[in-house]
Amino acid sequence: MEHIVIIGNGISGVTAARHIRKLSDKKITIISAETEYFFSRTALMYVYMGHMTFEHTQPYENWFWKKNSIELKKAFVKTVDTENKTLHFEDGGFLSYDKLIIATGSKPNKFGWPGQDLDGVMGMYHKQDLENLEKYAPNNKVCKRAVIVGGGLIGIEMAEMLHSRHIPVTFLVRENSFWNGVLPEGESNMINREILSSGIDLRLSTNLKEIVADENGQVKSIIIDETGEEIPCQVVGLTAGVSPNIDFIKDSKIEIGRGIKVNRYLETNIKDVYAIGDCAEQHEGIAQRRPIEAVWYTGRMMGETIAQTICDNKIQYKPGHWFNSAKFIDIEYQTYGWVWAQTKDHESRFYWEHESGKKCIHLNYDKTTREFIGINTFGIRMRHEFFDKILNVNRTVDYVLEHLADANFDPEFYKLHEKEIVAKFNQENNTNIQLKKKSWKRIFSKS
Amino acid sequence: MKAIKQTGLSLFLLGLAIFIGTIFTGSFNLTQAELDTFLKEKNYKSEIIADELQKAIVTSEGLNIFQFSSGVIGAYAASNKHYDDLIKKYDSEKNWDKKGEQFQYKISGKPHSLSFSLAKAAGKGPVPDSTGLMWFLTFGLAIIGALMYIIPDVILLGKPGIKNNGIFLNAATNRGWIGWFAFIFLVTFYILLYFYPDYIVNWVYLVDPISKSISGNPASQWFLYGFLYCTVMTVMAIRMYIKYRHNKYQILRTTSVLFFQIVFAFLIPEILVRFEKPWYDFKNAFPLDYDFFFKWNLQELLDSGAFGLFILVWGIVLTIVVVPVMVYFFGKRWYCSWVCGCGGLAETLGDPYRQLSSKTLLSWRMERIIIHSVLIFVLVMTGFALYTFFSGQGEVLGVKTQTIQDIYGFLIGSIFAGVIGTGFYPIFGNRVWCRFGCPLAAYLGFVQRFKSRFRITTNGGQCISCGNCSTYCEQGIDVRAYAQKGENIVRSSCVGCGVCSAVCPRGVLKLENGPETGRINPTDVLLGNDVDLMNLVNKK
Repeated sequence: MEHIVIIGNGISGVTAARHIRKLSDKKITIISAETEYFFSRTALMYVYMGHMTFEHTQPYENWFWKKNSIELKKAFVKTVDTENKTLHFEDGGFLSYDKLIIATGSKPNKFGWPGQDLDGVMGMYHKQDLENLEKYAPNNKVCKRAVIVGGGLIGIEMAEMLHSRHIPVTFLVRENSFWNGVLPEGESNMINREILSSGIDLRLSTNLKEIVADENGQVKSIIIDETGEEIPCQVVGLTAGVSPNIDFIKDSKIEIGRGIKVNRYLETNIKDVYAIGDCAEQHEGIAQRRPIEAVWYTGRMMGETIAQTICDNKIQYKPGHWFNSAKFIDIEYQTYGWVWAQTKDHESRFYWEHESGKKCIHLNYDKTTREFIGINTFGIRMRHEFFDKILNVNRTVDYVLEHLADANFDPEFYKLHEKEIVAKFNQENNTNIQLKKKSWKRIFSKS
Repeated sequence: MKAIKQTGLSLFLLGLAIFIGTIFTGSFNLTQAELDTFLKEKNYKSEIIADELQKAIVTSEGLNIFQFSSGVIGAYAASNKHYDDLIKKYDSEKNWDKKGEQFQYKISGKPHSLSFSLAKAAGKGPVPDSTGLMWFLTFGLAIIGALMYIIPDVILLGKPGIKNNGIFLNAATNRGWIGWFAFIFLVTFYILLYFYPDYIVNWVYLVDPISKSISGNPASQWFLYGFLYCTVMTVMAIRMYIKYRHNKYQILRTTSVLFFQIVFAFLIPEILVRFEKPWYDFKNAFPLDYDFFFKWNLQELLDSGAFGLFILVWGIVLTIVVVPVMVYFFGKRWYCSWVCGCGGLAETLGDPYRQLSSKTLLSWRMERIIIHSVLIFVLVMTGFALYTFFSGQGEVLGVKTQTIQDIYGFLIGSIFAGVIGTGFYPIFGNRVWCRFGCPLAAYLGFVQRFKSRFRITTNGGQCISCGNCSTYCEQGIDVRAYAQKGENIVRSSCVGCGVCSAVCPRGVLKLENGPETGRINPTDVLLGNDVDLMNLVNKK
């Protein structure tokens, strides 16, 4: 029986294992050094915040693996010997495979800051980071202030986490507005306001110079590059992005760039070795996506795809239209299609913001053909299916606005803003778009 | 703000302590005249009960409620024993006539209920004497304290939005020691209410004036329960309004259950009594209202003229037509989390405990076995009751209808629905009864699962498997298991509280009533992946 070994028990590896099991009775082993069972990394923040226990972050009950004869092995892979198809573990053990799927995910970036390895300095990615945070920041008596370095999704989550335990947070962001490499100005400003109004000390255009230790090798303070200001703190969160977690591959014959190089079939340069998820790097980004995508659902999609290939239905990884979501403290964010931070030459934009300053939508469309390119929506939920269909059949922005009621996914009885949005668009663009009533028939039609 | 909260908590606990303390206050005895009036009213045939009761409770010394209760129960037991002995004696003498005569002298009824009705007339002390003041020191302080504890959250919780911070770090909401104390208190309360009403007669005194002003009658322990129920729901509804002030669905739903509880379950039935009509809760559908088809109830309705007949017809139409038709259009939520009283308590008092319901596959299995057994039980019992009503026979296949009714009333009506159903909130989550026990929920569940427009739509591929939805599902549905597969959630147990949708950080879930086609949509590959792959794998 063919032995499929998967390194990494995150969403990519586990999805691959589940789908291989559905399709075959191959022997499957998942290896992880982090935890015994699969858990949802994105939910770690909720454990610290007290919304859940760690057990709640595990999507499958512990019996699931045995029942589906997926073997779990807790071990740290030290080297991969592709010649002999063998993995060597740190504890001296080894394991042979017939096919190897590498799904080791990411690790937090460190940029060589002085003091970046002190006690009390941590990322927020692994379960061990959570344990560390619980140790160094259990409450605001032990941790009188925390400093977060890096203004991305994990940074704002970590700020929210510490804030939930009433620990004062200083949030250093290199850019002059939060996440403005991804978000256009209006949205980015909205999140700046959200951070500040939550009582988090947001410092834009601010870089970290160094982290200062006390006599026990623990964080005492940080120093800001621009001003030289010293901020006393007990915890420093490093959240300046992540990069593929592939140190153990470096001495093997598997080709790597920033991540493990794979083709569209998720194959590496070595036969029977595949890479999926955050650690995989496409030779070229697919459909304007980045070559490395550290996104939950792309990991899952690669898992879904690789399982087909492994089970003799060789299939390309072809992610559909870009979408994503996040939550910035109290403001939910969804995006479908592309709305770049900067408007491109052929694009035209429409931005509407609610008077509360907590909801907005941003539409991106082609200046000449009026074809819909993408939408950012903050504080209003929208239907994935709706926009997927729109993008599939190249609808115009006018069509989208006309059918905005079909797109809405907010809970029942929520205040609807569609009329206001369409009116503003009409006014700005001298159009006469009429909002249509929500239609179940359209929502469920396939084309 | 924190100081107000602390003061509020202290006031609440003080009110609660006085409330519990009142049980031990007061003295109970009757004058001969009072006893005579009581006996005349009751018209017992027993020749010795008068003497026995006189010995036990006609005294100048003040008995506490426990002594009083044991005296009364002893008196009734002595009287019954006297006649039992005679029965035995005549039995051994084979004197059948004499033996047969003795049965009429026996007094039926639950001992503590008999004791309750006497205690209700016999109490002296702070509660019966200065009811208004004592009401303020108990209900008043607890309500004021609770509100002072709850209202500062408008500021303390921060801006509107989901604020579940610290729920699993708090001993009150993570099955910690406070939770266990709440559990012991609630369970004790229900045991006293159902089985030892005489011990809490002082609490009933507290609400006598309110009862008299509504129905014209002094309060029973059930009036106390109804009043307490409405009070607790109102206070905890204010908590819901604050916690979910950003969520209109939650606000409307809370308002709806509160309205139906206060108006339909509490005020209308009491007012009906004032007009000498049968006590009836118009929204309480069979088989949750399990004694609707009991002989005594049918008899009472038939004896109440056109109005009774109207209730009879309405009760049948409610169960057979209104309930399923509404479930078809809106899902069972219209009843379970917009109208029902049990649901109302679960969604207000129980909301802080919703995260404690078990999500394991095992508990789902248990749930299906238990709830459907209760449904079968209630249907069989009703079959017996109707047979007895129409045929006049007290027995079916050698089993007494009365016995079955008693067993159901005790096991399901009292122990399951009350003691376990609500008492276990702090341990098993807030829908213990609705999830494991309610036969109406089981019936609605069939309709919801097989013939309804209701579903929770999963928003394509947006789920990140975080588990907030499953954690906060009071019905123990593993919502995430569906959402992470891109599948809509169509489950018979879903009461449509809408909290999974509220707590989702990615906008994945929406409660909707839509066309039946495509409502159940099993998928393996989620929206967003390669279209060909999705078609290949999902074609089923």
